Amino acid sequence: MDLSELLEIAEQERQSQKALQIRCCVAAGCLSSNALAVKTGLEQAVTEAGLTDTVQVSGVGCMRLCCQGPLVQIDTSAELEHSEILYEKVAPDQVSAIVATLQSQTPANTPTTLQQGDLTQPFFTQQRTIVLENSGKIDPERIEAYIAAEGYQALYHTLYEMKPTDVINAITHSGLRGRGGGGYPTGLKWATVAKATAERKYVICNADEGDPGAFMDRSVLESDPHRVLEGMAIAAYAIGSTQGYIYVRAEYPLAISRLQIAIRQAQRLKLLGSQVFDSPFDFRIDIRIGAGAYVCGEETALMASIEGKRGVPSPRPPYPAERGLWGFPTLINNVETFANIAPIIRHGADWFASIGTEKSKGTKVFALAGKIRNTGLIEVPMGTSLRQIVEEMGGGVPDGGSAKAVQTGGPSGGCIPASAFDTPVDYESLTQLGSMMGSGGMIVMDQTTSMVDVAHYFMEFCRDESCGKCIPCRVGTMQLHQLLTKIREGQATDVDMELLKELCDMVKHTSLCGLGQSAPNPVLSTLRHFEDEYRTLIDKP
Amino acid sequence: MAVKTLTIDDRLVSAREEETVLDAAREAGIHIPTLCYLEGVSEVGACRLCLVEVAGSSKLQPACVTKVAEGMEIQTNTDRLQNYRRIIVEMLFAEGNHVCSVCVANGNCELQDLAIEMGMDHVRLEYQFPDRQVDLSHDRFGMDHNRCVLCTRCVRVCDELEGVHTWDMAGRGSQSHVITDLNQPWGTSQTCTSCGKCVEACPTGAIFHQGSSVGEMVHDRARIEFIATARQKQQW
Repeated sequence: MDLSELLEIAEQERQSQKALQIRCCVAAGCLSSNALAVKTGLEQAVTEAGLTDTVQVSGVGCMRLCCQGPLVQIDTSAELEHSEILYEKVAPDQVSAIVATLQSQTPANTPTTLQQGDLTQPFFTQQRTIVLENSGKIDPERIEAYIAAEGYQALYHTLYEMKPTDVINAITHSGLRGRGGGGYPTGLKWATVAKATAERKYVICNADEGDPGAFMDRSVLESDPHRVLEGMAIAAYAIGSTQGYIYVRAEYPLAISRLQIAIRQAQRLKLLGSQVFDSPFDFRIDIRIGAGAYVCGEETALMASIEGKRGVPSPRPPYPAERGLWGFPTLINNVETFANIAPIIRHGADWFASIGTEKSKGTKVFALAGKIRNTGLIEVPMGTSLRQIVEEMGGGVPDGGSAKAVQTGGPSGGCIPASAFDTPVDYESLTQLGSMMGSGGMIVMDQTTSMVDVAHYFMEFCRDESCGKCIPCRVGTMQLHQLLTKIREGQATDVDMELLKELCDMVKHTSLCGLGQSAPNPVLSTLRHFEDEYRTLIDKP
Repeated sequence: MAVKTLTIDDRLVSAREEETVLDAAREAGIHIPTLCYLEGVSEVGACRLCLVEVAGSSKLQPACVTKVAEGMEIQTNTDRLQNYRRIIVEMLFAEGNHVCSVCVANGNCELQDLAIEMGMDHVRLEYQFPDRQVDLSHDRFGMDHNRCVLCTRCVRVCDELEGVHTWDMAGRGSQSHVITDLNQPWGTSQTCTSCGKCVEACPTGAIFHQGSSVGEMVHDRARIEFIATARQKQQW
């Protein structure tokens, strides 16, 4: 494989595209509401109508407005005037109606039975897609589709025109920070691993997305798996690694199968494996499947799990960059971080650095969920305000309610009250509010939600997911959960409140890993912004 | 071999490069409480009792795994640390079923010593009274899970010194417990050599010699140390 062959595949793919594209979302959300039947129905209907020469039905990744699934998008390609129509909540028996609109040559006249989506609503127009640029457009199970979308060109470019240090400099200069939650500068992490001398180094992609309400990484893997592979290969070249692992949770069977397909396709085209692009660079990627422990998203536990050991965290330092998988220097990045790499190489570090805020560059994918009209995925520039996300893009709270708070960062994060909705979303501002960016889950809560219940729920989650290795997390989460139950049931006194605060402080500062250290955050942040709700339950006569 | 100078509790201390803060403190006669730490086997940093304050770091560091560094300034016994340590010990007492008056290790128990050291005269946390098992299937030893603090010393001595790995952990969170082989009764274990190192390593009365009565079990920690030195440094 060389560049001309790659471009040829891209050209062939573009040539073979038909004038009309019917794209049917086949990511997990839509699949769960019968999207597969819709897709096969559409294929059949197109064949029956004899339109196979001009109309192509393809399964694509996530179209982001998950609450309206199954989604079907009709796209008339560039030759005519470009037009896109989105159909929402498509049922298998509506496929003939959709095909009929194609035949009548007046796609605008939609029969009333079909629910047409508004592509000009803020949910779509205010997004800025980098990570999700191909999501909902290309078939995730065909490598040709990714190549036609300029895929693997960045990898070729790095292998033949950049030295490893150039790659690291570009990533450093772009200002990209880890999308897994901590926000550690990616370039610095790469440079540290690159500088370590060892006979072997590893690249790991952390796809153990486990926060309740978060589904960004799943979507990326299901919609555009090659983007992650390409990012990992570029990272491997930069740090001098020949072996990568993707640690993906078993609860994501579709993501796993699409990754397996993607890896096989890339190997067949020699974009992975020995002598990538006929260069001296070798890189293999293997998948490791998690067994359902949330704590395995913590990097040291994740590595222990890959090694076949019990997935429990170990103290850092030593950091994985120094001593990681099987004792060798290891680079661990999150799915979304790797998904950002190819665009940075393709468009340049300056382009990426021009998006976002001073300290947080680029975009962030958020999974909007909870009491909000538009549930789904959004990708926005860093620094977008919560108000814009919740009220404009999310369409606000349904049934006339008003948003009370947004929970970000999952069990490690906290609740941000509506009064702080004008805060621009970046790593620092969320931390200042007592929450954190986390992986990108955003759960909107309205006036009917009790914040004590929220804290209680997340503490229960942490208690169930604590690995049990260190005492403060193992016992602390259990005790905190009992205290919160007591408060919720109106049985608690001021003494319990004091103990709650003391235990939160203790668990936060003495736990071994991030799970325990951040487990009190939902309690602390609700105490900070909604202490009155706790007080009402305690002062109750 | 490089030597580092550091300050522990306002005292200047020297230590070899590869030593930990705990090593350096012990050498200087400064006491840092520990529980999961056992000389001769690997450190896991799990009990969090040896956490110390390091100047310039916002995070508390476990002394047993933190390497010394030049100019490091360490506080081992501030009010804050004392408070955290007392809560840790309280947590252990609330978590298991620790009844000293009927325990074989009464008077020879590290958990008991810690409670006395921390001045823990009562437990403010809710006692869990968990329903835990006792395994008396082994002909010489017994395992009372009620007294287990999950320090994993038995797992480590068995794996690292005896080279057998009969013990391991199962379950997670509050459900975690030590097991023999693949969660078989200890007496039926096909790997156990009945060497008794786990018995000597156990900080409480969880693993004990059968036939010993209240307060009768004295741990022979010197035996572990002797074997560790013999294996690791080839000295005896």
